[in-house]
Amino acid sequence: MDYSQFLNMQAELSLLAVIVILFVADLFMCPDGKNGKGVYNTCLPVVLLTVHTLLNLCPLCHEAGEAFGGMYQHTPMMSIVKSILSIGTVITFLMAHKWLSREENLVKQGEFYLITLFTLLGMYFMISSGHFLMFFIGLETASIPMAATVAFDKNRYESAEASAKFILLALFSAALLLFGISLIYGVTGTLYFDGIGQAVSNCEGFNPVMLLGMLLFITGMGFKISLVPFHLWTADTYQGAPTVVTGYLSVISKGSAAFVLFTVLIKAFGAEGLVQAWDQAFLWIIIASITIANLFAIRQNNLKRFMAFSAISQAGYLVLGLMDGTAQGMTSLVFYLLVYMVANLGAFAVITVVEENTGGITIDSYNGLYKSNPKLSFLMTLCLFSLAGIPPFAGFFSKFFIFMAAFNAGWHWLVLIALINTVISLYYYLLIVKAMYIIPNDNPLPGFKVDCYSRTALFLCVAGVVFLGICGIAYNFIDGFAYGLDNVAKCCMDAVDCCCSQSCH
Amino acid sequence: MISIDFILLVSTLMMFAGVYGFLTRKSTLAILLSIELMLNAANINFAVFNNLLFPNGHEGVFFAIFAIAIAAAESAIAIAIMINIYRQLQNISVDKLTKMKW
Repeated sequence: MDYSQFLNMQAELSLLAVIVILFVADLFMCPDGKNGKGVYNTCLPVVLLTVHTLLNLCPLCHEAGEAFGGMYQHTPMMSIVKSILSIGTVITFLMAHKWLSREENLVKQGEFYLITLFTLLGMYFMISSGHFLMFFIGLETASIPMAATVAFDKNRYESAEASAKFILLALFSAALLLFGISLIYGVTGTLYFDGIGQAVSNCEGFNPVMLLGMLLFITGMGFKISLVPFHLWTADTYQGAPTVVTGYLSVISKGSAAFVLFTVLIKAFGAEGLVQAWDQAFLWIIIASITIANLFAIRQNNLKRFMAFSAISQAGYLVLGLMDGTAQGMTSLVFYLLVYMVANLGAFAVITVVEENTGGITIDSYNGLYKSNPKLSFLMTLCLFSLAGIPPFAGFFSKFFIFMAAFNAGWHWLVLIALINTVISLYYYLLIVKAMYIIPNDNPLPGFKVDCYSRTALFLCVAGVVFLGICGIAYNFIDGFAYGLDNVAKCCMDAVDCCCSQSCH
Repeated sequence: MISIDFILLVSTLMMFAGVYGFLTRKSTLAILLSIELMLNAANINFAVFNNLLFPNGHEGVFFAIFAIAIAAAESAIAIAIMINIYRQLQNISVDKLTKMKW
């Protein structure tokens, strides 16, 4: 066995090292909860994870490779997505500081970091998988500990109810997914993504069992991304979970699943005939996700529930990038993920600090927040504008790129419906801005000072919202590594040309 | 030798019995049992396809073993969550999990 293949797993191994260090540190440095304050509290995990992210971003690992006979695959694009996810996790940890310093959470703060990082490890493996077994294990490693973090506020009933709804539907979707994979195995006789792609394109005609397997696979992933026919757990889970965990669920978990869906669809289901089938399925899923989620978001008053419906509609836009599976679609999907991450986590950071300091979580309680907390209101406005897609901010550019990708792929009226829905979403995002700035209120929430960790998180998010839009380097950088069905097809054409010219000689 | 059709019929029936149970049962433990039924239907599929259609490898059987291990981990977490709910409600019927809706 060639041990140098482990070098391809640099991201996973360094994350595992972070987890082990935190595990040992938790043994010796955890406060006893009665008289102690957190010894290393937020600092150690944040520093370690930042080092891990920087290592992961360095150009050394930007070469494609594989390990374990193709079960684990690595492309530069994957390491970009992993870096985006780990930056998001750093921001989440910074946000979590105040919440974990509560008395009842002080003892178990180490658990929070470990469980969260294990879900991140699962997502890494899921992203890099080249085989359905690796994919399934990664998916479950990402979703089982997630239920534990949703139930983290052990004595609060809402948290328990949210986690029950989450775990039952996660198990149900996993079972559907597994059944779909078994059908695909029955048709093709292999579980490698590349092998499935070849087997499908070799066999003649149209196989209904394969189609059923693919649809069950899409259903399982739809639960993870919370697209509309499969979205019913989302609002309840997001409302009941601790706010920090809600932020993590809505960005990291969802984003990784969307990227994996894209890669698996182009690798395993990229054959002629199947592409048209999943395009047709996603056409209706996207229209339903964007429209229904927007209409439900308007009538919400709880801010976390509101953000849940906003997240469902944003997931619809995210999935818009995978229509036809073009390379341009992949670039815009990853860029959308990056921008959505900073904007959404910024909004969640504001919600968290307001909730931790004053207890206000409804939109009504934000009335007149401008008077007591002008800076926070301003940051919240920036993030909401970016989520809605108003021009100077990054959200506009990410929406523009994703519409452009879908438009170039020929989905004109789908883009039109998405544009109309952007206007609707602008309305409900502005409801919060209106509550903060315009609605008069003599007793707004009291003013408070934000702790330095949350301040850093807010700074990172707002910097992302402002600068990602202005400088186009990020988009071009991602674009350099993108691949899709059209690229793969082009490579094959080149190969055929080579063969032809050789045979001519 | 039993034909593959009959075995697949059994696994499909198991799968949809599980879906039916998931949608109709009131106790969360019964729902968990239904989910186990669905997972095991998929495992039967893997074993059957591997033995009868593709006897040269062990891919399907190994997948089934991993799936069983993962299912065990899943039920452990799910039951822990049910216990937490029971402590607060003295009840684990899904009818009672209605504080958050719409």
